[in-house]
Amino acid sequence: MSVYEGTFKSRSDEALHNPSLQKALRNFKPLFVAKRADAVAALEGFEQLRETAAAIKDAVLDNLDEWLERYASAVEAAGGHVHFASDAEEARTIILDICKKADAKTICKGKSMVSEEIGLNEELEAAGYKVVETDLGEYIIQLAHEPPSHIIAPAIHKTREQVADLFEANHPGRPREDTVAGLVGEARTVLREKFFQSDVGITGGNFLIAETGTSVIVTNEGNGDLTQTLSRVHIVTSGIERVLPTLDDLSVFLRLLARSATGQDTECYTTLSTGPRRPGDPDGPEEYHVVLVDNGRSKMLGGKFREMLRCIRCGACMNHCPVYGAVGGHAYGWVYPGPMGSILTPLFNGLAEHYDLPNACTLNGRCQSVCPVKIPLTELIRTLRSEQVKAGLMPASQRRMMGVWGWVARNPGLYHALERFGSRLLRARAGKSGSIAGLPGAGAWTSVRDIPAPDGPTFLETFKAMRGEK
Amino acid sequence: MPSNQAAQPHVGLFATCLMNVFRPNIGLATVTLLERAGCRVSAPSGQTCCGQPAYSAGDDDAACALARQLIAQFEPYDYVVAPSGSCMGTVHKYPEMLKDDPEWGPRARALAAKSYELFSFLTEVRKVEIDASYQGTVTYHDSCSGLRQLGIKTQPRELLSGVSGLAVSEMDDAEVCCGFGGSFCVKYPAISEKMVDDKIRSIEESGADTLLGGDLGCLMNMAGRLRRKGSRVRVWHAAEVLAGATDGAAIGEEKQS
Repeated sequence: MSVYEGTFKSRSDEALHNPSLQKALRNFKPLFVAKRADAVAALEGFEQLRETAAAIKDAVLDNLDEWLERYASAVEAAGGHVHFASDAEEARTIILDICKKADAKTICKGKSMVSEEIGLNEELEAAGYKVVETDLGEYIIQLAHEPPSHIIAPAIHKTREQVADLFEANHPGRPREDTVAGLVGEARTVLREKFFQSDVGITGGNFLIAETGTSVIVTNEGNGDLTQTLSRVHIVTSGIERVLPTLDDLSVFLRLLARSATGQDTECYTTLSTGPRRPGDPDGPEEYHVVLVDNGRSKMLGGKFREMLRCIRCGACMNHCPVYGAVGGHAYGWVYPGPMGSILTPLFNGLAEHYDLPNACTLNGRCQSVCPVKIPLTELIRTLRSEQVKAGLMPASQRRMMGVWGWVARNPGLYHALERFGSRLLRARAGKSGSIAGLPGAGAWTSVRDIPAPDGPTFLETFKAMRGEK
Repeated sequence: MPSNQAAQPHVGLFATCLMNVFRPNIGLATVTLLERAGCRVSAPSGQTCCGQPAYSAGDDDAACALARQLIAQFEPYDYVVAPSGSCMGTVHKYPEMLKDDPEWGPRARALAAKSYELFSFLTEVRKVEIDASYQGTVTYHDSCSGLRQLGIKTQPRELLSGVSGLAVSEMDDAEVCCGFGGSFCVKYPAISEKMVDDKIRSIEESGADTLLGGDLGCLMNMAGRLRRKGSRVRVWHAAEVLAGATDGAAIGEEKQS
């Protein structure tokens, strides 16, 4: 996929110089942050809800195999089928098999990050199926042949003008729409026909309820409901970590999810599905399948990154991340961007291959301060760096510099002598100007900013002289 | 100054690396404020770095070695105080960093329990009478480590309300990172530039003529960028303003004499 070519650095440089992306990011940034803040402030006990949610998740993760078994039996009891996929390839094979048996031609999809994770669309299209994304954002990026740049707002990197261009090129015979309302109306009309042609509907699963065998999706467009009720076969794709014990637990998460994600009290549609259509039901699919994807999750269960499995994919971390706000989602190089992606991507796809992701973070902690399930994102990102060091992945030049610095810092006399030397050097260089615009070896700093010069001899020598100490 | 030497708590001043080299005036202002708060101040000469650069880079061994060194240096004092939320945030991570060490784990916990960022010490432990004036409108940047690790938010503002002549104009996104992030700013300069420019826009839109903060790394990043852009906004560590130590040049500013 072309937007993932290059390295994190080359992609982020490109992003910083892409005017339409920067415009899109400027428009989006304040929106989610302010709305979340208002929604959180309006709900008493939000902090307590975060604690409760984290505890529920931890308890599930303690006995995940057991909860998954209970969930699977409940699904089967309701007439559905559960498939476990250990990796992306197995998940794709299972889904292709279901589509083939259903003699499908058209497949409608609700938004599903797991299907992005396993690269499902390409596989389905290669097998000859007509695949239609029905979430507006996903539909836009499908037309643009791009991956999502945000987990809940996949086309957030597109400006209104770009969407109008895409629609004009892909909807022959329709007049060009230039307003948001016009574009939404156009997409609705075009998509409406697709739902009626759909043989298989594939959705994600925000939550899976063990006691009832229910899958839950939340959307703002209602496209998920049409996808799953109008298709003959409904396939839910979900990570194995998304199971919750009871519907009571679900209520905790529903109160957190929309507020954290979009700053809404609740999304427009919360849809619970349990099994296929029963005799007497007015609608619903003839078959109901759940594909539970592991793809590296069970490996995380017993290790240092287990808390990451609490994630409910709300996007609050990236909405509040200033690095994400500067470079957007595609720079991160895979379907999960921002802080959660900086953890998941190296864990799923390799610490070396994605060396930059945990490092391109200022450890400012804003992400974890808004995480609805209190994942210690900053500490997990730091721990990833530690894992990279242990694996010998830190670049040799940096390792040498750290080694020398670390040794000097354990020799206070030498450390302070070097500090005094540096102070004199910098003061001489700055003269009366008070700052230094360029210095050999400091190019990365001075490419952006001056170096404020020391305002006098080091504190420790000044203090010692003041006190008349030896 | 209180006469009773024995009743004075003995404070070990942690002279953070950047402050020691780049802005000794902050250290001197810290001494002034601590003494006005009735403390006896020492700065042990065996101190160096808290280990944060190593810890943030994932070099746990080097970080823990420096943690043990700092603990040993500061154990004798009643309190440890630093004019930096970021370095002090690291000291507060020592118990976690050394939790599996039967000897140093407990020592780390004992040290963290008496270690304070300057403004929280001056508001929560020792009340200080602010005797300073500053003519100007200031805006305050909440540095991330102090804010989110130690809860430094109201303390500096409360203290600044005692400075005569000083008006406050809060900026938008005061709690958003300025793009410093330690080695981040030199590893990813282009992203850092975008972040510091966003920050500078907020500073300038606040209408303030002065930027204050509590962490020198962030202040150097913002001051350096403001200088590069030719801005007239003056930059001080809030301790300098609180101690009335603003006669000289501000951070990065041309010397007057």
